[in-house]
Amino acid sequence: MSSTLLLVVFITAIVLVVGGLGVALLLSPYSTNKQKSETYECGIPTRGTSWMQFKVGYYLFAILYLMFDVETVFLFPWATAVRTFGIAGLVSIAFFILILVLGLAYAWKKGALEWK
Amino acid sequence: MFDFQIVTSWFDNLLRGCMPEFWVLFIEFVVIGIALLTAYALIALALIYGERKICAFFQCRLGPNRVGWKGLLQPFADMFKILLKEIISINHIDKVLFYIAPFVVIIASFLSFGAIPFGKGMQVLDFNIGIFYVLAVSSLGIIGILLAGWASNNKFSMIGAMRSGAQLVSYELSASVALLTVVVLAGTMQLSEIVEMQQDGWFIFKGHIPMIIAFISYLISGHAETNRGPFDLPEAESELTAGYHTEYSGIQFGFFYLSEYLNMFIIASIATTMFLGGWMPLHISGLDAFNQVMDYIPSVVWFLGKTALLVFFSLWVRWTFPRLRIDQLLHLEWKYILPINMINLIVMTIIVVYGWHF
Repeated sequence: MSSTLLLVVFITAIVLVVGGLGVALLLSPYSTNKQKSETYECGIPTRGTSWMQFKVGYYLFAILYLMFDVETVFLFPWATAVRTFGIAGLVSIAFFILILVLGLAYAWKKGALEWK
Repeated sequence: MFDFQIVTSWFDNLLRGCMPEFWVLFIEFVVIGIALLTAYALIALALIYGERKICAFFQCRLGPNRVGWKGLLQPFADMFKILLKEIISINHIDKVLFYIAPFVVIIASFLSFGAIPFGKGMQVLDFNIGIFYVLAVSSLGIIGILLAGWASNNKFSMIGAMRSGAQLVSYELSASVALLTVVVLAGTMQLSEIVEMQQDGWFIFKGHIPMIIAFISYLISGHAETNRGPFDLPEAESELTAGYHTEYSGIQFGFFYLSEYLNMFIIASIATTMFLGGWMPLHISGLDAFNQVMDYIPSVVWFLGKTALLVFFSLWVRWTFPRLRIDQLLHLEWKYILPINMINLIVMTIIVVYGWHF
């Protein structure tokens, strides 16, 4: 039942965006010329494309995020069963989080968290 | 306390009495869709009005006051205006990705909107992995923003999207760890059960200091996830014109605008559900008369009231603090909030394992 409802919500969202865009296309005026369809930057013609390499700083944070997020996904099922596992669970998860924090400390030490 | 399930089951029985199973389900699904769309639109309009009015008061202005009584019809006028605006077609863009991007953003916010418990029995998607589902679908929005920035073929958009990506993924981490703290205390991820468990005291009171720390860090990181306030680097208008939606016009820009406001509401309502008891009224054990009076207030009012309070806090922060720099922003997350949250999680676990919580 829940997954059917998920589909219903999804279809409703698609109806919202497609309907909104459709109504806007019907109602809105349309005109175009060469300058209007240029990239909006600073007034003079744009130099080159923007599809180029970007700063590595962003990339590093994405990598770090990937690592931590996968670990967080592991933590969620454990969190629902903390009471059943008791102290044994606490010790093992403390080690798990310790390793995570060590990873963060390593990245910190290596200077991955500095914005250069 | 009035249970909305009475209405839904009455409607279900009424339909089942006069038509076959398939049509019953079909009509119910259509009704659910229309109800969700209406709620989505009305909340967005209320938020836009509220933001404009509150922002005006913070800046000693009057805000919108011409259209309708006290400017109440202003958001409707805005909505029609944005529908009537031209959608400018631009050369040198990746057409497909450019058109998909606002759709992804809206769909992500709508999917998480469906899982919010608005009142007793008023919840569309009640999964047993509730909060996990909300985190998963709300992080889809990042993809839409990155697509928008990349497809626009504009340097401003590109930088805005990259900043937004770095910011959103970073803060999502501490948001999920803060919510994990609640899951440890609750022992379940289902949103309706989490609300039920707060009947004799909201989690922010039940969980000692760790819960308060988690609440504050969730508010900060949730605020950062909506790209607003002091964290609005992706669309810093003084340096990047409008960031990732520079090239968007008309309703496509409207979609980004809509999803930004709705994300603010979703963050506030998840904080309400997880920390402030959702639709549960305020109960103080020992004061029976007080508790009974509180029970007379409908659950929807409780939920919307608490959420509105948190939204007001978010607006307050937005209009009070100056914008951070990108390095300060990432330092705040990775060097302060995330390690604090990790330690907080362990402290919470110790409290739960030894049974020290209320």
